[in-house]
Amino acid sequence: MTFRRYMVLAAVTVTSACGDSFLAQGMKTIGPVSIHHPGELFHAIFTPWVAAGIVLLIGFFASYLTALSWADLTYVLPASSLGYVIMTALARFWQHEHVSTLRWVGVLFITAGVGFVTRGPAYTDHKAQTEKELAEEVSR
Amino acid sequence: MTQAPLSPHLFFATAAMIASIVVTATAGDVLTASAMRQIGDLDDIRAQRGILGSVVAVITNARFGVGVFCLALSFFALLYAFSHRELSLIGPAATSLTFVANAVAAKFFLKENVDRRRWTAAIFVCIGVALLAF
Repeated sequence: MTFRRYMVLAAVTVTSACGDSFLAQGMKTIGPVSIHHPGELFHAIFTPWVAAGIVLLIGFFASYLTALSWADLTYVLPASSLGYVIMTALARFWQHEHVSTLRWVGVLFITAGVGFVTRGPAYTDHKAQTEKELAEEVSR
Repeated sequence: MTQAPLSPHLFFATAAMIASIVVTATAGDVLTASAMRQIGDLDDIRAQRGILGSVVAVITNARFGVGVFCLALSFFALLYAFSHRELSLIGPAATSLTFVANAVAAKFFLKENVDRRRWTAAIFVCIGVALLAF
């Protein structure tokens, strides 16, 4: 893993958390949308917070796909779950929402999970794995 | 939304809704990851063919298309579930179970080396996400 690749993982994390928070902020300013007036949702797309949220979520998908092209799914998903931690912090300090002790415990669990996975290899080398299995087969 | 009493019918209906979200989301994640492995390192493709070239490589991959379709199905299944049950139940349950389902599916379908470290990470994140509901 190079520094640039860690930056891609950081982009996955930050863009997903900020994108969701921006969408939430945008929809809060618009207010409840009635199911009988779906056109209001179309109008919402052009409000600054929602538009910024959509741009960030497009950035999230692009960086997520980039990460999946050189790292395993079981590496990228837990590593990028740090986004939940950022989202909780944004909910508490930006949106001034109440965050319970159990939620902070949840944040600790996620951080520990991220710590576990990022200390290991990012990619399964299938060629090396097949060669190892063949060598074991021969030695039997 | 008020909490409905959990009759056996409602329990199975909720379980079916959560299961459909988890299955479609896992299928989408695994297919997308498999497509990205098939396409190759996007950094290399971008260096050779530019950003447009890497975008074309991704969107013309059939497996990627099926993966995105499954992710869209999962999104609509999530919306459907939200219209019937509480966000605080469906959201964390579906997200946390998807983490474990992805680890299992990645081991069997993508042949990833899911060692003890990755299992521990998946389970810790799963518990953490479930706790975010409280």
